[in-house]
Amino acid sequence: MAPIIEVRNLTKQFGKGKERVTAVDSVSFAIEPGETVCLVGESGCGKSTTGRMVAGLLEATSGEVLFEGKNIKQLDSAAFRRYRQTVQIIHQDPYSSLNPTQTISQILTAPLLRHNKVKNRVAAEARALEILEVVDLTPARDVIAKYPHQLSGGQRQRVAVARALTVDPKFIVADEAVSMVDVSIRVSILTMLARLKKEFDVTFLFITHDLALAKYFAWEGRITVMYLGRIVEDGPTQRLINDPRHPYTQALLSAVPEADPELAQHKRQIELRGAEIPSLLALPPGCTFHPRCPYFVPGRCDAAVPALEALDVGGRVACPVRRQERVSLLV
Amino acid sequence: MMGVIQGIWHWLTTTLKLMTYNKAGFIGFLATCAILIICLIGPFFIPLDTKTKLDQIYQPPSAEHWFGTDHQGRDIFSQIVHGGKDVIYVAAIAAFLSTFIAVTFGTLAAFAGGKVDSGIMGVTDIILTIPQFPLLAVLAAFITFDNITYLGLFLGALSWPALLRAVRSQALSLKERDFVEAARALDLGTGHIVFRELVPNMMTYIVISFTLALTAAVYTQVGLVLLGLVPVSSSNWGVMISLAWTQGAIFFRDAMWRIMMPILAIALFQLSVITMTRSLELAFNPRLRTMV
Repeated sequence: MAPIIEVRNLTKQFGKGKERVTAVDSVSFAIEPGETVCLVGESGCGKSTTGRMVAGLLEATSGEVLFEGKNIKQLDSAAFRRYRQTVQIIHQDPYSSLNPTQTISQILTAPLLRHNKVKNRVAAEARALEILEVVDLTPARDVIAKYPHQLSGGQRQRVAVARALTVDPKFIVADEAVSMVDVSIRVSILTMLARLKKEFDVTFLFITHDLALAKYFAWEGRITVMYLGRIVEDGPTQRLINDPRHPYTQALLSAVPEADPELAQHKRQIELRGAEIPSLLALPPGCTFHPRCPYFVPGRCDAAVPALEALDVGGRVACPVRRQERVSLLV
Repeated sequence: MMGVIQGIWHWLTTTLKLMTYNKAGFIGFLATCAILIICLIGPFFIPLDTKTKLDQIYQPPSAEHWFGTDHQGRDIFSQIVHGGKDVIYVAAIAAFLSTFIAVTFGTLAAFAGGKVDSGIMGVTDIILTIPQFPLLAVLAAFITFDNITYLGLFLGALSWPALLRAVRSQALSLKERDFVEAARALDLGTGHIVFRELVPNMMTYIVISFTLALTAAVYTQVGLVLLGLVPVSSSNWGVMISLAWTQGAIFFRDAMWRIMMPILAIALFQLSVITMTRSLELAFNPRLRTMV
């Protein structure tokens, strides 16, 4: 099957002259329909920027985003409209993603009417109620006449999901969709999103800084780890969690707290050489992780940007130091 | 159909209730309504007194002549009632036009960016540099403002730059908000984004700016009339002051009523409109709307 979304050498730079930073650097990946892909990384690693470029809300400096095999910049207007409706985004902050001057009804019926999903206003209202039920906002009748400020953060986030669902999307970019929601309702929203995956065949690009969350949401899917604008490792979630190959992925995993004390004791801790994330304005040469990496090999890691190499166990990794060498380096 | 009427009725009653939350603002609102009713409907009931009565020159206010009489013994009250319509009409046209230009081109500049933005801001800066009053004075030498609609359009065409800048900067910050990005992702169209997402969020500001433009236009046109730059063609508060002034009303103690009454009428109208804006702030805030 052809990938629904593919990005090739996607690069985004911000600013001019000395202030110029490369937020996303030659990122390439492909997402098949029905897959769930998590984009993981620390803040500032370019994961949100990548998400916004995939959703067509931000123009790439170079590289291309392909929708069903075609560059989104070269789509004719009908095809672009289809792309716009197929690919939706859910923002991180439910307090700024809903217009404070519109009722929930207005927020949901506008896209329904605009794209002729329903015949008239009455039908739009009925459809909006249905969608609210889908995102577990019940009783929907109580919610629909309200303004966003009358709802809690979790409820607002559900409305944001409902709004995206009005145009029957097949691909949703969820940009830190639950990180601003109270922990207590995070799981129920994640469960709801997971249900959408199955019920509506929605493909997810789930962006998060929380590897534990990625593990939970994309257990059957894939995880892509980004560091300072580049992909350092990707692969099927279960492989990546159980057998991480990049030192950065290993460090991230060892930082995830383990609930089971038995497991926690035996967890392999990885000592970083530095905790500071380098500034995007002054990136280290070669592999940008080398100043913090415990397996740093002078002359090799800081010489050239390591390429992503395919792994026989699935996925790709960008590290010039082989696994066999690392053991000796730690001693 | 019934639903629409009910919706409008509900909106109206909620708005009125919200406006009562600020006492001063609500009094301003009532006073503005009263002045509008008197000026627009009053002339049909109160005939303009045009008869010269030599025995009643410069009378103080009395039961017969509420605001006293002028130099020909004519009733000042009837002149005040008849003189408001044109002043308010010109001010309203000016305020509508300037607000319309400012909102349309301000959001356009913010949205389109690039050359369109530079172009609009360039024109704005130039207009902003031109001193309005001297320009109008010079123009009055070439154009006769005998049609008050033209006068209103003219005032409006010169008074939009300050508001345009404010609208542009608000639109610039609003367009970065996530809900605007979501509207783009949903392909709702530029019209929807501007009029449904951006403008409602600037409504408080726009309405207040509208009332301020209204008061500014009142002063400008009265000033023009007073200086004699606009031909005196109809009875109008500005014309009344101008006539009283040129006929030396300030030198006679008895003539005080004649010059004070139109001044008071203008001041009262301005005060009412300005205080009303306090209530307008409340009426356009969706947060308060749901508390009723």
